[in-house]
Order: sequence, then C-alpha cells, then structure tokens
Amino acid sequence: MGEKQLMKGNEAIAEAAIRAGMTCYFGYPITPQNEIPAYMAKHLPKRGGTFIQAESEIAAINMVYGAACTGARAMTSSSSPGISLKQEGISYLVGARLPAVIVNIARGGPGLGNIAPSQADYFQAVKGGGHGDYHMVVYTPETVQEAADLTMKAFDVADEYRNPVLILGDAILGQMMEPLIFKEPSGRKFDKSSWILGNRKGRKSHLINSLSLSEGVVEQWNWELKKKFDLMAGKETMVEEYMTEDADVIFVAYGTSARICRSVVNQARKQGIRTGLIRPITVWPFPSETIAGRAKKTKHFFVVEMSLGQMIEDVRLAVLGNATIHFHGRPGGGVPAEPDIMKQLKEILQS
Amino acid sequence: MKKVYERNNIAFDMPSPYCPGCGHGVIHRLVIDAIKENRQEDNTIFMAPVGCSILSYTYLDLDVCQPAHGRTPAAATGIKRALPDSLVILYQGDGDLAAIGTAEIIHAANRGENITAIFVNNAIYGMTGGQMAPTTLVGQTATTCPYGRNPKDGQGYPIRVCELLQSLGGVTYAARTSVHSAPNVLKTKKAIQTGIENQMAKKGFSIIEILSACPVNWGMTPEKANQFVANEMIDYYPLGDFKKDGKIIQRSDH
Ligand SMILES: Cc1ncc(C[n+]2csc(CCOP(=O)(O)OP(=O)(O)O)c2C)c(N)n1
Ligand code: SF4
Ligand SMILES: [Mg+2]
Repeated sequence: MGEKQLMKGNEAIAEAAIRAGMTCYFGYPITPQNEIPAYMAKHLPKRGGTFIQAESEIAAINMVYGAACTGARAMTSSSSPGISLKQEGISYLVGARLPAVIVNIARGGPGLGNIAPSQADYFQAVKGGGHGDYHMVVYTPETVQEAADLTMKAFDVADEYRNPVLILGDAILGQMMEPLIFKEPSGRKFDKSSWILGNRKGRKSHLINSLSLSEGVVEQWNWELKKKFDLMAGKETMVEEYMTEDADVIFVAYGTSARICRSVVNQARKQGIRTGLIRPITVWPFPSETIAGRAKKTKHFFVVEMSLGQMIEDVRLAVLGNATIHFHGRPGGGVPAEPDIMKQLKEILQS
Repeated sequence: MKKVYERNNIAFDMPSPYCPGCGHGVIHRLVIDAIKENRQEDNTIFMAPVGCSILSYTYLDLDVCQPAHGRTPAAATGIKRALPDSLVILYQGDGDLAAIGTAEIIHAANRGENITAIFVNNAIYGMTGGQMAPTTLVGQTATTCPYGRNPKDGQGYPIRVCELLQSLGGVTYAARTSVHSAPNVLKTKKAIQTGIENQMAKKGFSIIEILSACPVNWGMTPEKANQFVANEMIDYYPLGDFKKDGKIIQRSDH
C-alpha cells in the first residue's frame, strides 16, 4: 500500500493512468479538465511516455487510435464540447476493436454551456454518441479515490475487450481535493501479438480497419461485437447499494449526485426516515437487475441527476412499472441542494 | 537473360483495385518499390486514407492502419510516437488531406512528425464519384461544380499544398511531382526515396505531392487524362522541390 496523498480528482486520474502503464497521452485544453494534460506534460515524458498537446480533440482521439494500434496503452481526456468532437474517433475505435481510455470531466451544456459540473452527457456516453451499434463500459466515480481506482481498472477492461472505456466525471470530481492512496495496478498482461502493427518480422501482415464493402462482412462484425457487449454486460456491471435493505424510498444517482444523495440518506436516517441509495458505478452496463430486484419491494424510486433527466429512462426500464419514480434534476451546471432533495423526499413519503 | 523488372511481392497477386489509367496504381508501385529497396517491409506501417486508395489495404502485404477520413496524420503521429523506429507512410488524397484533414496535416507537418506523406492530388473526389476537391482547377467541372469551379462564385481557389506547407518549421522536405509520363514517374520515384531516407535519418516531416489522373471522374480516356495533367495541372501546380533539407526553395514560377 502506498501512502496517503492529497490530490485533485483530475491529477489522481492522470497519476493512476501513468501507474497503470499508460504511455501515450494526447489532449487538448478545456476547462475543467486542464489539470490532466498539465500533469501529463510534466510527468509522462520523464517516466518514459509521450505527451502531445494536439491541435484539436479530433486529432487527439485519432492519435490515441494510432498509438493503440501499436499495443501501447493510450488515453485522452476532455470535457463535454471536446468529447462531442471525439465521438467520430470513439466509433472508429470500437469498429477497429482498439482499446483506449477516454475521460470526460463534464460541464454544463448544450453548446459551450459553462464550466460548472454537469451530468448531461449521460445519453452521449451510454447510448452511443457516435454512429453505429456500439457500447463501451462507462465508469462514474464518486470520489477521488474511486476515480484513481477506476482509471487503473479502465485500462485492463479496455485491453481485455479491445474496446474503448469511458470515465465520466464532472467538474466537482475533477476539481475537488481529497486524500487517496494509490492501489497497486493489477499487473495483468494482455497478449496483443495477434493484431498489433509494427515489427512484422516472422508473421503475417496485420490490418487495423473498420471498413468492408463485401456483402455481409460488417453485419458479421456487428454480431461479433454484440457477443463482446453481452459479455461486458454480464461481467462488468458495478453498483453499490447503500442502506437499501429496508428502504421505503430508494435514491438512484451516480457520481456527484450520488455523493449528495448519500448525505441526504444519512440525514434522513437520523430523522427515522428509511431511505437508501443505489449507486451505479458503471452506467453502461447499467445495473438494471439490482434496481429491478429492489423494485419488487420498494414502492418509491427517487432519481437525482445534474441534468433534465437522462438516466431516469434506464431506471424506468429497470423498474418496469413496479414502483413509482420521482425525479430531482438540475441542468446547465446546477448542483442539487440537499435541503431541496430532503423536502421532496418528505413530500414523496406523505403522498 | 538478366531480369530487369519483376512483380513487387509487397502487392498481393491480384489485379490492381483501381480504374484503368488511375495514378494510384503507379504510385503504389513506386512506394512499395522504395520500401523494398530500403528493406523496410517488416518495419513499415502504411496509413490507408479514406478515398479510392483506402483499397490499398486489400492490395498491399504490409501492416496497414486505416483511420477516419482526413485523420490519418493524427493517427500516424500516435503510431510514430509509440514506435519511433518504424517507417510510417502516410498516403492521402486531396479531399482527405486538403479538405477534411487540413488541420491534422498542417499540425503533423508543423510538429515535424518524422513521417513520409504521399499526397495524391487528382483534383477530384474519386471515391465518392467526382465531387469538387480543394485542388480542383478553376474552370474544371465536377458534380458539385457542374458549371466549372468559379472562385468568384464562392467556390474558392485550388489549394497549393506544397507551397502552403513549405513555411512550416517541422517540414524538412516538400516536393511536387507527377506520374503522367515515364520521366516524371522516375522523378517521383526519386522524391519518394528522398522522403523515406529523411524518415530513416530522423529528419522530420517529408511530403511528396503527386499529380495523378482520375480518368473516370474527369470523364476522359487515360491518354486524355494524362494530357490534362501535362497541360492544365502542371501549369497551376508547378513541379519540383519546394523545400529540401529544411531549406525553403524560392520559386518564381507562379
Ligand atoms: C466523415 C466522412 N465524410 C465523408 C466521407 C465520404 N468520402 C469518402 S472518400 C471521400 C473523398 C475522397 O477524395 P480524395 O481524398 O481526393 O481521394 P480520391 O478518392 O480522389 O483518391 C469522401 C468525401 C467519409 N468517408 N467520411
Ligand atoms: S475513381 Fe479515379 S481515383 Fe478512384 S480508382 Fe478510379 S481513376 Fe482512380
Ligand atoms: Mg482526390
């Protein structure tokens, strides 16, 4: 175990990535994630890696595409408007079956929006912001510690499935300082020799590509991708349940919203209100089964998001009419306030 | 009898995937000959663009990376930074390089990425069926400038890529050649060799712009198309070196 350090979420993500063996980072400045490229610029070259400040987010994600072709662990980070620009590249990464880690420290939108925290990129992240039938594992850390842990895990999961992985945070996670202890990276080794480019001696040529104009080939690729997505859905779902066992109302929230709801749960419990929290740690795959299981007993689900309501659609599908769903949302960089949530919670209980 | 010419086995034993009279086939041959002569077959990563020459991946027995339209210089950057000793060949058409991928090529060149860019200027979008390219000549027709390209009508001017890139500090070599005649094919071969030598000597970014016919979308026979290159294209796109060993070559021919 390492020693305790005090770090911003952005820096913790950057450091965790380097410890996980990431050697190629490419990014473009945008607030509130600027600490990530700055950290990489300062530390990565000294530790044997490459940092490039790209000319755009489009270029950055395509540099990731290139580096990933060689088997290197590659990463890019940005915030909402820049993540929109990366969607083309993400679709190509999936199509070409390349591993990569992408970090979105999300801010208010649509458009240029603001630099305040937001969860309005949920649809983009989990429903496929780019074109084509695809999914990627999306991690939503709640704390700086978890951001570091999930960043390390993201590289393993990306390599295991040869698929991009997204870490979805927001301006609060990126900017807040918290103590953390860096865990040892898993040390798992992935044999990439059957597909990577370069140093061809003694083997056949390799091709990294997402196009085929021959009939049926792309359909076949899609069926193979589906097998992979099904496997990911079965194995990679992560969820935390907090005091849900006897709850009359269960919050469903992730990331910063979950942090706020956890605090509301604690306060409510002190007042004798039985409430709990289901916190998706992956929002794709979505922990539908956990929610569906609880919906058999608990009558009220209370979704809290920093958006007009996006994850609520997945909660609704999981609950499937077995419970009533309530919502509290703050769009455009607004942060839900505990008293407002508490008030609404009490109204739900009186209804 | 001494054999003076034979198949280059970097090309798979199949018919060229390109139309009769297309410059891509000739240019592929020159590139793979240079790769072979420099014994770089096992060390090359060929960047297939989006355009007709995307089909290079079906034709060339090399490690091939195929990124999104215009993004090849960025992807090549990622590859070259991860594998600095590999030989990275960037191969792009005019739509790919000078329209959708303008930012990527300028910045890869400006960073002095140690790669060799082969830029095939056929003044048209071949793959999508003959639309106006950034390099389409004034007056030349295309499906999206059916009355002839007219800059006064808001269609812009043909972009001279070598002239544009020669000012960038990261560029060590920029040359324009053509493949419309045998002597010019030989000059193109030499220019490609220079570009590859530069990369092997880690001198930075080299670009060889090659004027090339697209008979099909120009609506010409292969012979007429080569005449069009000789008579019309070279007039606007003068051949020769624009930068060598990092030194700008001043020209007064346009
Ligand atoms: C994002 C995107 N936009 C448009 C296209 C369609 N497209 C394919 S090739 C091409 C033009 C290629 O022209 P050029 O680069 O000149 O190559 P050529 O075929 O002439 O060799 C276009 C527009 C695409 N594949 N991707
Ligand atoms: S359409 Fe033009 S560029 Fe494409 S293969 Fe045919 S001749 Fe060549
Ligand atoms: Mg063209």
